[in-house]
Amino acid sequence: TDINSFSPMMPTSPLSMINQIKFEDESDLKDLFITVDEPESHVTTIETFITYRIITKTSRGEFDSSEFEVRRRYQDFLWLKGKLEEAHPTLIIPPLPEKFIVKGMVERFNDDFIETRRKALHKFLNRIADHPTLTFNEDFKVFLTAQAWELSSHKKQGPGLLSRMGQTVRAVASSLRGVKNRPEDFMEMNHFIEIFSQKINLIDKISQRIYKEEREYFDEMKEYGPIHVLWSASEEDLADPLKGIASCIEECCTAIEKRMSGLSEAVLPVMHEYVLYGDVLMGVMKRRDQIQAELDSRVEALTYRKADADLLTEEIGKLEDKVECANNALRADWERWKQNMQSDIKSAFADMAEENVHYYEQCLATWESFLTSQTDLHLEEDSEDRL
Amino acid sequence: MEQAPPDPERQLQPASLEPLGRPDDDDLEAAVSEEAEGAQEEGSGVDTMTENNFSLKKIEISVSEAEKRTGRNAVNMQETYTAYLIETRSVEHADGQSVLTDSLWRRYSEFELLRNYLLVCYPHIVVPPLPEKRAEFVWHKLSADNMDPDFVERRRIGLENFLLRVASHPILCRDKIFYLFLTQEGNWKETVNETGFQLKADSRLKALNATFRVKNPDKRFTELKHYSDELQSVVSHLLRVRARVADRLYGVYKVHGNYGRVFSEWSAIEKEMGDGLQSAGHHMDVYASSIDDILEDEEHYADQLKEYLFYAEALRAVCRKHELMQYDLETAAQDLASKKQQCEELATGTVRTFSLKGMTTKLFGQEAPEQREARIKVLEEQISEGEQQLKSKNTEGREFVKNAWADIERFKEQKNRDLKEALISYAVMQISMCRKGIQVWTNAKECFSKM
Repeated sequence: TDINSFSPMMPTSPLSMINQIKFEDESDLKDLFITVDEPESHVTTIETFITYRIITKTSRGEFDSSEFEVRRRYQDFLWLKGKLEEAHPTLIIPPLPEKFIVKGMVERFNDDFIETRRKALHKFLNRIADHPTLTFNEDFKVFLTAQAWELSSHKKQGPGLLSRMGQTVRAVASSLRGVKNRPEDFMEMNHFIEIFSQKINLIDKISQRIYKEEREYFDEMKEYGPIHVLWSASEEDLADPLKGIASCIEECCTAIEKRMSGLSEAVLPVMHEYVLYGDVLMGVMKRRDQIQAELDSRVEALTYRKADADLLTEEIGKLEDKVECANNALRADWERWKQNMQSDIKSAFADMAEENVHYYEQCLATWESFLTSQTDLHLEEDSEDRL
Repeated sequence: MEQAPPDPERQLQPASLEPLGRPDDDDLEAAVSEEAEGAQEEGSGVDTMTENNFSLKKIEISVSEAEKRTGRNAVNMQETYTAYLIETRSVEHADGQSVLTDSLWRRYSEFELLRNYLLVCYPHIVVPPLPEKRAEFVWHKLSADNMDPDFVERRRIGLENFLLRVASHPILCRDKIFYLFLTQEGNWKETVNETGFQLKADSRLKALNATFRVKNPDKRFTELKHYSDELQSVVSHLLRVRARVADRLYGVYKVHGNYGRVFSEWSAIEKEMGDGLQSAGHHMDVYASSIDDILEDEEHYADQLKEYLFYAEALRAVCRKHELMQYDLETAAQDLASKKQQCEELATGTVRTFSLKGMTTKLFGQEAPEQREARIKVLEEQISEGEQQLKSKNTEGREFVKNAWADIERFKEQKNRDLKEALISYAVMQISMCRKGIQVWTNAKECFSKM
């Protein structure tokens, strides 16, 4: 079924219709490829900021060209996310990387921070591109293709700031009502989201802690190896095994580094993204509750005859449709999200386990070869003695 | 070829013996391996020893137990200390059965007394060191408390090792006081003190003085001193960093244990992933707890290195003795030379050296010839005595150098053997750790893949 009730853009090309139906085979029928790279610093009189280059390659008919290159800054990404949330309040919009990380940040723009952010922004855009509904969003298309001045003028369109603020105030006021009448499956969903958020937060922290401990282990091992070489300088008969051990430790250090980099690529970004997804999900839940609350307040008004019954009934009819669409959209997207989550988490941990197996295999090989060399020597010496 | 970490006892070679009879090497090794397998916890070693220099028996020494005791110390205050049970068994040659011949309790301070006695009475021997008095090179999990059971256990092994080293030393094993240490429970301390060995000890100040002022020590001893300084410095550095590495490794393993707990809690809300998470979590727990045994084994390795760290001091003690004897010799020679010169000057009447007598003679007139004769006679006696002393000091010095150097060569071979085996056992430990890691993570990977 078409869940695109709020998208101004209906899919037109046959290829994109196929895309919509086949959720699982998204990667096989991909016709939109996006990369985020080349962070660049811009200095103006007012501020300093970073832009990222975004390259889009597509075969879709609705795009004017097959390749686009634009530059965007974090603010632009924020704008896009806001527009998507507005257009699809009960779809699970992918999370953006944090605005800034307060803990442990010396300068706002150190290299690690920029690189982490770049990867996360790349993920953000690709998740949208892979989403059966969001991929056809008009603001998304503008974001990918418009030149800087075009984007500015496009941003100015749409509901003004004040009206948007007004909506928010009403929403907050009525959100509690929505919670009371929440259907059973959404109660379960909410429960899941709460526990999931908790656990993924812990997993994220544990993973970061492991990375930190590994780095410290690496640092000590780096100092440990060379001492054996130092010792070998004052020993004649022991120089060979001592140097052997030093070189084993050095190889283990290389293996540790590799394990760390595997962890930082396969596990840490995934866990962190899902921590942010926790907030996203709670936001989606809230918006759903708000839509429900709107309906509930009209129903209540009708019950207590607060206003014109006919008008209210008409409104209620529309709102009931709205609630049903919102709920269905969320239900479908929830299933999709859960499947993706399971697959991502499974991959991440399987990769982590693989990295560890590989690490231990490397270390094992190096120590076994050392042992062989020492015991072979021993046998050589023994046979020499017997001669 | 994999070997289990060897007990230090197993490495001890039989002492080379005087013609009284030589145990068959094969028999000895067979007995050692049998006992080592049977007594993994306690450890034991087979060595030979003379009993009152009359007969040879194969004996086994073990420090089999440690016990906390309370008692009153020298100033009549209550104190807690640990006592160690020393058991001596003699092995009947024919059937290999061992019979308990002696068993008594000793505390650490008595071991120290024994060692100090050996140091004074055998200055040319590299005397085996005792295990550390207080825990050093600790990493966070290890306790620095002397009463901690792990520390006590490692000390028990160290003390046993000390006794086995002494018992397998060709010269030290024959010492009567050592024999009594193993066999005479009461009054042993008094017996040792009665030997008056403390009087023979060289003062630290005298030794320091000699070290600075000696002119011609044997070069080999000077080199040995440098070697022992380097050994001490590099091994203590190694042990310090090893302790830090152990600390960090502990951290890495233990944090993974947190995954176990969280996976288990998470699995409660997951339908499809739940089982996979749960079993993966279990493997994380296994991984986290495996580090305890791994690091305990490494402590034994560290103890093997520590023994040689402490041996460095024993080496320096021998060098110091040489410097002392050499300095003594040089001083005596200098003395003799100056007396000879004095004598010559008196006899020929020339005054080349400054002396108070010379000055007063110049000022107040010459002395009478009879007085001069008397003085020459005294000097000649002193010179002849001095020459005798110098001769015997020379002989003593050469004997010392010869014997010390023989023991140092023996020590060097022992050290190379022991440390090489220790390094190999370290590699074996690493291999075992890697194998465990591969297994746990392979299992975890399977669980994750099935999620």
